[in-house]
Amino acid sequence: MSQADSLLAGNLSEQRAGLDRGDVSASELIDASLANIQAQSSLGATLSTRESRARLEAEAASKRIAEGKPLSPLDGIPILLKDNIVQAGEPATCASRILEDFVSPYDSTVAERLQSAGAIIVGRTNMDEFAMGSSTENSAFGICRNPWDPSRACGGSSGGSAVGVAAGMVPLSFGSDTGGSIRQPASFCGIVGLKPTYGRVSRWGLVAFASSLDQIGPFGRTVSDCAAALDIIAGHDPKDSTSVPEPVPTFGASLDGDVSGLTIGLPKEYFVEDGVEPGVLARVREAIGVLENAGAKFVEVSLPHTEYTIATYYLIATAEASSNLARFDGVRYGRRAEQVEDLADLYERSRSEGFGAEVKRRIVLGTYVLSAGYYDAYYGKAQRVRTLIRRDFDTAFESCDAILTPTTPETAFAIGAKSGDPLSMYLSDVYTTSANLAGLPGLSMPCGMSDGMPVGLQLLGKPLDEATILRIGDAFERLTPHHLARPEPSVSESK
Amino acid sequence: MARDLEQILGHVRSLDAIDTDGVVPTAHGFELATPLRADEPVPPLDPELAVSNAPERLGTAFLVPKMIEEGG
Repeated sequence: MSQADSLLAGNLSEQRAGLDRGDVSASELIDASLANIQAQSSLGATLSTRESRARLEAEAASKRIAEGKPLSPLDGIPILLKDNIVQAGEPATCASRILEDFVSPYDSTVAERLQSAGAIIVGRTNMDEFAMGSSTENSAFGICRNPWDPSRACGGSSGGSAVGVAAGMVPLSFGSDTGGSIRQPASFCGIVGLKPTYGRVSRWGLVAFASSLDQIGPFGRTVSDCAAALDIIAGHDPKDSTSVPEPVPTFGASLDGDVSGLTIGLPKEYFVEDGVEPGVLARVREAIGVLENAGAKFVEVSLPHTEYTIATYYLIATAEASSNLARFDGVRYGRRAEQVEDLADLYERSRSEGFGAEVKRRIVLGTYVLSAGYYDAYYGKAQRVRTLIRRDFDTAFESCDAILTPTTPETAFAIGAKSGDPLSMYLSDVYTTSANLAGLPGLSMPCGMSDGMPVGLQLLGKPLDEATILRIGDAFERLTPHHLARPEPSVSESK
Repeated sequence: MARDLEQILGHVRSLDAIDTDGVVPTAHGFELATPLRADEPVPPLDPELAVSNAPERLGTAFLVPKMIEEGG
């Protein structure tokens, strides 16, 4: 293993130190990252790489670092972006045929901030089409596999971004979380994933799925790496009227390893014996023990509307998706059907040819629940229940500083196990969707293994209080070795 | 697809069991007042770039099939 490969195997802070010491140049690190992506292409993590541009950017970063003037902790570090976060001059397919040939004419705010910080975007990651799915099986360009066991799903929809970090291609990647699409794949792949508070990170340049729920966040190998990434991307953006005009703390500074004096709530509805795999429940209970020994206090809380979150989520998300995806009409960008008869035929055939089955299912459902006569019964009802779900959290947070749950009721399921049953796939998001409905920050981190597969622990915080969940997560990491576990590299024949 | 949609609608009808009379709907997880930005001109996206992904175009215009009949 070359020195660059050894450095690539480390986390962000280790790679930063190696670059700053001059052990390896940014150019060598980027070459190692691109080679690793190529060697593990059978996992299906990336949809495109930007080799020549990344190498040029790495040369500039190498010079800055050699002069002792890195732009930020991310300068010269290889990163991956989910294929729905646009970057100027690069494709953004959203894993959909309808955007197969699209090249973004502009930068998302997140891409712009990361590039300004010197991070080197080496490629774009596979996902469920338009972020609709929980397994990265709904990609028009091939499924993405779990590096711990390639016969199992990596989770989704940001599956490729999770696999890129879990398989050691990059130390940091970025995804979007609408109902758990960062936290669930982080849990399935044994890494850390953070969904910030709704509004904490600009959505400008994130291809919209459900606008009141979508949020961009980082994946990393450690909690402090995710905090460093959030430091770069968080903050108000005049281009996104839903971004919060509040000051942003330095998240890295809140990580002092001290949880004494903190009260953590355990929602009784999330710890039901028949709803969670025994191995998952056991690992999460062990984690509670670790934090309790470190001085955290645990209290039982109740989130009485938990059983209604999936129904509420799928009504709101599909309604918003049906509206957002109306922009794909074959006129201004994206796929256009050939030899059409008239404009209506152009719309119909462009969409029929361009969208995959799950996207069509959600557009039809969303259009139905918004239609005259059904709006109040479905969409209006869901918006009211959403209020009750938010109030549940408001009440729970009166007695605790953060809430701890399993991220998912089970470890990574087999590829194909749920793909024929949409409702069963939707129900796998039962522990993650509530944070999106209530707009709360959520962190998933590894807390051990069950039958050879990683188990994820979820921490939910009060709005804009990412600092507390990062602090708890970092403290847990200091006391346990779970974040150090790595899968065997999946080097096999290239695609 | 009809079977899948029936199954999903069956599940979402579980919300009927909840009394939501008098409950205010939530449109966003984090409520903000609609901000007004200063009315200052900024350079727009280059029109050439804006139409660069058009399946069919004439200059900086998008071309679509004719939708009005002759003499109509």
